[in-house]
Amino acid sequence: MRSLNAAKPKKRLSNSNLLFLIAAVIFVLMYLFAIISYPGSFLQFQTFFDLFNLNAPLIIMTLGLCIVMIVGGIDISIGQVCALVMMACAVLLESGVGSVWGALLLALGIGIAFGLLQGYLIAYLEIQPFIITLAGLFLAKGLLTTLHKDPINVTMPAFVSLVDFKIVIPWLGTENRLGFFIPCEIKPGAVVVVVLVVLLAALMKWTRFGRNVYAVGGNEQSAMMLGINVKRTKFFAYVICGLMAGIAGFVFIMQIGAANVGSAALFELKAIASNIIGGTLLNGGVGNLLGSPIGALTLLIINELIRAAGVQSNFQAIVSGLLLYVFIVLQSVVMSLRGRRKFRIDLPPWLQPPRLQGKRKAENQG
Amino acid sequence: MRRLKAQVSHLFLPLSVLVILIIINLIKGADYFSITVVKGALYGNIPNILFGASELVILSIGMALVTAASQGQDIGIGAGATITSAVFVLFVLNAGEVTLLTILAGFLVSCLAGLVIGVFNGILVSVFKVQPMVATLILFMGGRSIAFMIDGRLSPILANDISNQIGTVIPGVPLQTPIILTAVFIAIVAVVLKTTNLRLYVESVGINPSAARLNGIDPKKIIFLTFLIMGICTAVAGFIAVNKAGRHDSVNLLKFIMMDAILAVAIGGNSLGGGKFSITGSIIGAYTIEMLNRTLLRLIDVDPATIPAFKAVFIIILMVVASPVVMDFAAKALRWVRFRADSGTVPETGAPDAAVVSDPDTPAKKEV
Repeated sequence: MRSLNAAKPKKRLSNSNLLFLIAAVIFVLMYLFAIISYPGSFLQFQTFFDLFNLNAPLIIMTLGLCIVMIVGGIDISIGQVCALVMMACAVLLESGVGSVWGALLLALGIGIAFGLLQGYLIAYLEIQPFIITLAGLFLAKGLLTTLHKDPINVTMPAFVSLVDFKIVIPWLGTENRLGFFIPCEIKPGAVVVVVLVVLLAALMKWTRFGRNVYAVGGNEQSAMMLGINVKRTKFFAYVICGLMAGIAGFVFIMQIGAANVGSAALFELKAIASNIIGGTLLNGGVGNLLGSPIGALTLLIINELIRAAGVQSNFQAIVSGLLLYVFIVLQSVVMSLRGRRKFRIDLPPWLQPPRLQGKRKAENQG
Repeated sequence: MRRLKAQVSHLFLPLSVLVILIIINLIKGADYFSITVVKGALYGNIPNILFGASELVILSIGMALVTAASQGQDIGIGAGATITSAVFVLFVLNAGEVTLLTILAGFLVSCLAGLVIGVFNGILVSVFKVQPMVATLILFMGGRSIAFMIDGRLSPILANDISNQIGTVIPGVPLQTPIILTAVFIAIVAVVLKTTNLRLYVESVGINPSAARLNGIDPKKIIFLTFLIMGICTAVAGFIAVNKAGRHDSVNLLKFIMMDAILAVAIGGNSLGGGKFSITGSIIGAYTIEMLNRTLLRLIDVDPATIPAFKAVFIIILMVVASPVVMDFAAKALRWVRFRADSGTVPETGAPDAAVVSDPDTPAKKEV
């Protein structure tokens, strides 16, 4: 860190990037630790791809939530919206009249509808986001159980072939115990994740909308004085979040090929936790979109590690809670150390008293 | 007079919701307020609401304090109450013969467990400056497993007369015991708020922590204190809930109560961004939510699974009506109507009248 600063003295690392860096380092350390402790399973490429294959919906939701969290709001309805989308798609596909494209359109439509409703109420009517998205959670849950109560297995041939579709990488893979070569497989969901990460990261980094999101999240009043349309920015953040929940629902049903009332339960809290590990602050204005998939992967690797270690199932929650505790404390300690340095009176070196100069030099060295 | 007006406008939202719900219920059936006496105890719609909402009321009091001081919400209260009640059940089951003293000692031990939870969350929020929702996420994730560990098995049963009486009714007393316990708890909180400076300190920390710091109030201590109070609240709520249920189900006990508690705080006219708070409002809000649930069950004859959707629609309508934009618009419309009505007779009285009308709405606008 210090060497990085020393190399480029003018460009100081922003809070978003610092937190992102911490998340990335933790992720790499966790993965190295996993490889060292369980080389048999974590050294395989398939394990890495499976992290994306199996958890694509969660990562997609995390991306949408990240934008809302940067703009200073929160959306806790995404998990249930995702479940509603899954159930609606399953019902449509099983009814015999729907096609795969129709289901995709339905998924996007439900997601955007929730986004529009919540975004309008939060941005233009200035209602607290927590309450509105809580109402959205209840609404999605009620609609879900009204729609269908029993688990549905989708049997439509076109969709089943989509569920079974895999991208095989022939040159990458492992040999199993009998000596057969098993190539690595990537599900379409993982591709969707990568595409969305690139698209949204570009949106946040290089477009006017992305810059506006950071400005509004940092300080609404000053953003307004700068001529940014605060309400519209918030509105579109929620719409994007809803859209992501819709996509996540479709990816989820594409992954498991079935829908259930209890699927995607509590994903909203997992998504919030992933974002926080990834360096997005709940207060808004600070965050990096690339951090959220890394946060999600960190959370998932923790789970994988606990599973690999053979911890009893009811201890798993405790251990992941403890690890979350460690991350949160680490983040806050780093932020507070940084904050302490920020408020020091910074005179030019030739004006500083010699005592302070010496102190600073010592600090820089040590 | 002016102060009274301000307070009433503060409670305008929860009270009007309550009135609307009562009217809806009376339209459905005129016997809504009827109370029957079964074995010397009162039963009916109103006692049932008071009985059902007792844990929610207690938790929403704590939630109002935490929200006001730390500008965030505690989402681990359900899991926390599960842990404290697990400690209570463990103590009572291992104490041998169950007397009133063992129950009381068990309750005190569970309060200690609640304090430990409060210390854990409070240190994270006040010292490490973690957002409350994140800090309590840890307990939310791991709490129920800890409770299961304390239990050692699935749902131990509390089969004794005293906890049965605490959960339902003591012979000879006309009210169900949880109602009495809730009333006692509310009274204690009211006395504490009346006699100490807690309200002033919490509000000043919630409005501006650094200004409070400059005025000699340590925000860390106050936030820590609110989390300790929250811990006690979870212990009391867990105590009531486990005695009501008669067994300790570590998976389902008070499962989604944090959402309802936050909703109660918001319906009570408190800002979820900290600052001024009204305990009365959140208590009324908690009873309103319980009443809403029961009203929906009573009104709609379809299966209970669709209830959340209706609840959501109700909440959205409520929040839209109470939203600052709509309130502003209503105030303007009211002023315009007044002005038009007055300008026909005496034009001068129009302006001051309008000012008085818009005045009580302004604090309400800021609170929401």
